Amino acid sequence: MKYSIFSLARNALHGQRLWPQAWRSPTPKKHYDVIIVGGGGHGLATAYYLASVHGIRNVAVLEKGWLGGGNTGRNTTLIRSNYLLDGNSRFYEWSLKLWETLSQELNYNVMFSQRGVLNLAHNDAQQDAFRRRGNAMRANGIDAEWLTREQVAAMVPLLDCGDGARYPVQGGLLQARGGVARHDAVAWGFARAADRLGVDIIQNCECTGFDLTAGRVTGVRTSQGSIGAGKVGIAVAGHSSQLAQLAGLRLPIESHVLQALVSEPVKPVIDTVVTYGAGHFYLSQSDKGELVMGGDLDFYNSYAQRGNLPILEYVLGCAIQMFPFISRLRMMRHWGGVMDMSMDGSPIISRTPIDQFYINGGWCYGGFKATPGSGWVFAHTIANDAPHELNRRFDLGRFASGRTLDEKGAGPTPNAH
Amino acid sequence: MLRISCPFCGLRDHTEFTYRGDATKIRPADDAPLAQWIDFVYLRDNPRGPHREYWQHTLGCRAWIVVARDTLTHEIFSTEMAAGDKEAAE
Repeated sequence: MKYSIFSLARNALHGQRLWPQAWRSPTPKKHYDVIIVGGGGHGLATAYYLASVHGIRNVAVLEKGWLGGGNTGRNTTLIRSNYLLDGNSRFYEWSLKLWETLSQELNYNVMFSQRGVLNLAHNDAQQDAFRRRGNAMRANGIDAEWLTREQVAAMVPLLDCGDGARYPVQGGLLQARGGVARHDAVAWGFARAADRLGVDIIQNCECTGFDLTAGRVTGVRTSQGSIGAGKVGIAVAGHSSQLAQLAGLRLPIESHVLQALVSEPVKPVIDTVVTYGAGHFYLSQSDKGELVMGGDLDFYNSYAQRGNLPILEYVLGCAIQMFPFISRLRMMRHWGGVMDMSMDGSPIISRTPIDQFYINGGWCYGGFKATPGSGWVFAHTIANDAPHELNRRFDLGRFASGRTLDEKGAGPTPNAH
Repeated sequence: MLRISCPFCGLRDHTEFTYRGDATKIRPADDAPLAQWIDFVYLRDNPRGPHREYWQHTLGCRAWIVVARDTLTHEIFSTEMAAGDKEAAE
C-alpha cells in the first residue's frame, strides 16, 4: 500500500485496521545473489539501492537483533556536509542531496528538517579554521555562511553570547541545509522500500561465520543455518572488527563508546543545531521537545552500550556554559553506542582482500548523516565489484599506501578523531 | 567510573589516567619490513572481551601501566608496570 492522503483517510474511516505490515518476515532462502550483514540504516539503504538502482533484487539483509536497534537508534540524528577535504565533502554532499528527496523516494516520512547546523567559534584561530572550511565547502558547491556574533545571537536567542561567558562566542559557521531527521524512520523507510522491491529482511539472525572457498566468499553461517551468497557486504559499524575477524581480516579500527542524552521535554527553545567550539558538545531539540545532547567519546576501547559519568558531567558542563537555563532541566534518558573509530577518522567503504566480500564501516561518530549516501555507494561497489568515484578515497588499502583521509589531522590515534 | 589500581599510588579514579591504547603492539625494528610497520601503526585485534592496554597516570605519578580489562564488562583483571611488561615481551 502506498502511503498517501487517501490511504490515511481510508484508514481513519476504518479504525486504522487496514494498514498492512510494513515489511515481511520471511524465512531465509538457500541462496541469495547478495547478502548484507547488518540491518541498520546503512545495510538497509544498501539493499534498497541494490534493488532500485542496480536491479539486484535477490538480496537478504541479516540482522542479529531488530532493525535499527544499534547505532541507527542511538545517534543524535544530525545531518550535514560541512567537511574540508575533497574526499569527504563530495561524498557527504551527495548524501545530503539524497536526504533532500528521501521521504518522496521511499514514500516514507523520515522527517528531514533542514534547520541548519551552526558551529560556534570562540577564538581567532578557530575563526580562521572555520572560515577556511567554509571557503572549501563553497569551492565544492556546498552552502556555507559566516555569521557574526550579533547574527549568532539573533539566530539563537538563548545562547549566552555575552562577554561574561566562560569562552565568549566570536561567530559561527552555518550550513543552513544541514539539520536533523527521525532516525528510526530512516531504518523503517528503507526497510519497507527494500521489501517492496523483493529484498528479504531477516531479523533475529546472527552471523556466526563466513564460508570461504579459494579466497572467495560463498556463504554466510547464521543462527538460522547456512545461507549461500554470490556476494557478501558487512555494514555493522561498531562491531566491524568482530565480523571481519570471522573472515580472517584485521581492520584499522578500534571500538569506542559514545554517549548521548536527552532532557525532559520543554517548549521550543532552539530551532537549529548548535555545536560548541570550546568543548566537544552539540545540541538540538527534538519534535517532542527534548533537548538532544552529545559530546565526546569515553576514550578507552569499549563494547559496552553504556557510557561513564565523568564524560556526562563534562558534556553537561559544556551545555550550561552555552545555555545557562539547562541547569534547571532534568535529564530524562542517557545511552551509549559503540563506534568503529578508524585510524584516520574517515569511513571504509571498500572491497577487501577476500573476493566478493565488501566492508562498510569505520564511521567514527559520523555515520547517521551518511546513511543514504553510504548505501548508495556501497550498492555501487558491490554491484560493480569496484568503488564509485565518491567512495574511491574510502578504500581499505589507503592506510598501507599512506593515502589516509584525516580531516582533523590527528594521526593514527582512533580516540582522537 | 573505572577504578584503576596504580602499582605506585593505589586505587584511583580513571579520570586521573590517560588512555594510551593497545599494549599488545610491539614497536618493530627500524629496518623491519613495511608490512610489520603497517601492522604496528594501523591494525588492531580490537577484541570484545579481555584487552591489554596502556594507561598513563598523568595526574598522579605519570607512570605508564598495563591494564588487563574486559572491553565489554569493564572488569579490570590486573595492572602492572609497563616497563616490566616490555622486558617480559622481549
